[in-house]
Amino acid sequence: MFRASINITLRSSILDPQGKAVHHALGNLGLHAVEEVRIGKLIELRINCRTEQEAKTIAEEACRKLLANPVMEDFTCTIAREAEGA
Amino acid sequence: MTGPKFGVVVFPGSNCDHDAYHVLKHLCGQDTVFLWHKDSSLQSSDVIILPGGFSYGDYLRCGAIARFSPIMKEVVSFARRGGVVVGICNGFQILCEAGLLPGALMRNDCLTFVCADVRLRVERAGTRFTGDCREGEILTIPVAHGEGNYRADEDTLRRLEGNGQVLFRYCDTSGNRSPEANPNGSMSNIAGIMNESGTVMGMMPHPERASDPLLGCTDGMKIFASLIRSFGAEAALSAMPDRGRSTAVSAQT
Repeated sequence: MFRASINITLRSSILDPQGKAVHHALGNLGLHAVEEVRIGKLIELRINCRTEQEAKTIAEEACRKLLANPVMEDFTCTIAREAEGA
Repeated sequence: MTGPKFGVVVFPGSNCDHDAYHVLKHLCGQDTVFLWHKDSSLQSSDVIILPGGFSYGDYLRCGAIARFSPIMKEVVSFARRGGVVVGICNGFQILCEAGLLPGALMRNDCLTFVCADVRLRVERAGTRFTGDCREGEILTIPVAHGEGNYRADEDTLRRLEGNGQVLFRYCDTSGNRSPEANPNGSMSNIAGIMNESGTVMGMMPHPERASDPLLGCTDGMKIFASLIRSFGAEAALSAMPDRGRSTAVSAQT
């Protein structure tokens, strides 16, 4: 069993209005060192397959076909083997 | 000649399906049926309407899940064969997710849900969706959405503009496309586009909410009337209410 952690973020060329609003709020809190905020989402998949490579292929297909919209989003997949009995 | 048969798709979470049905069936006098998302027959409809709402709770991304429903498989192949499809609000989002229209609709730049009457400038008259409009005409039609911020890459945008695929733009009462008149941050104030062949159209504003004279504005009816007329159905239009009360004003250009 593998666990895929998928990070989906808005492409860097696209303005992130949520991130901008949060950045503004952080500034109001006095955290002026924060120069940029980008908000995305984390999706976790448990994948029942044999190899890490197979899990990665499945996770990436899921991203391309449904989880991310390539017009505006980028994604990265990190695969980890789950401990037995977990 | 009888007019086109309309099929209004109903997804779990659609909430403008009955409004569209009412306008087409009762005001336009057209044969109209509801199409359940789990069905796989379009019931010989000539025009498919993907209505507004929050299909599948807007989970993941607006329209992302609806795109995989059984009826959408049929709608996509119908559209690819040249069938006429109209997506309103959530329907526009679904058309983009399904790849039937280019680009995507993101969170409004103001971050809030916007529910208001907006002015739309008709960028291109004479299409099957705007045959009853004049170029530069200003329509008043309400928007009600949180994710209507139209985005596309530069190439796509250039292609849309070059091919005359942009049908409606947010504008002020004089027809100027100012940032203030843009309710959601859409690129180039885009409110509605069609595909290259002019058979699939998506728009964020709700023409079905501005069609019944009872509601005070009938500018949206021009879009439905154009559609019906594009099928050569003059007779069906006689069932339409008086459009003299339209609040449309001409562009001052």
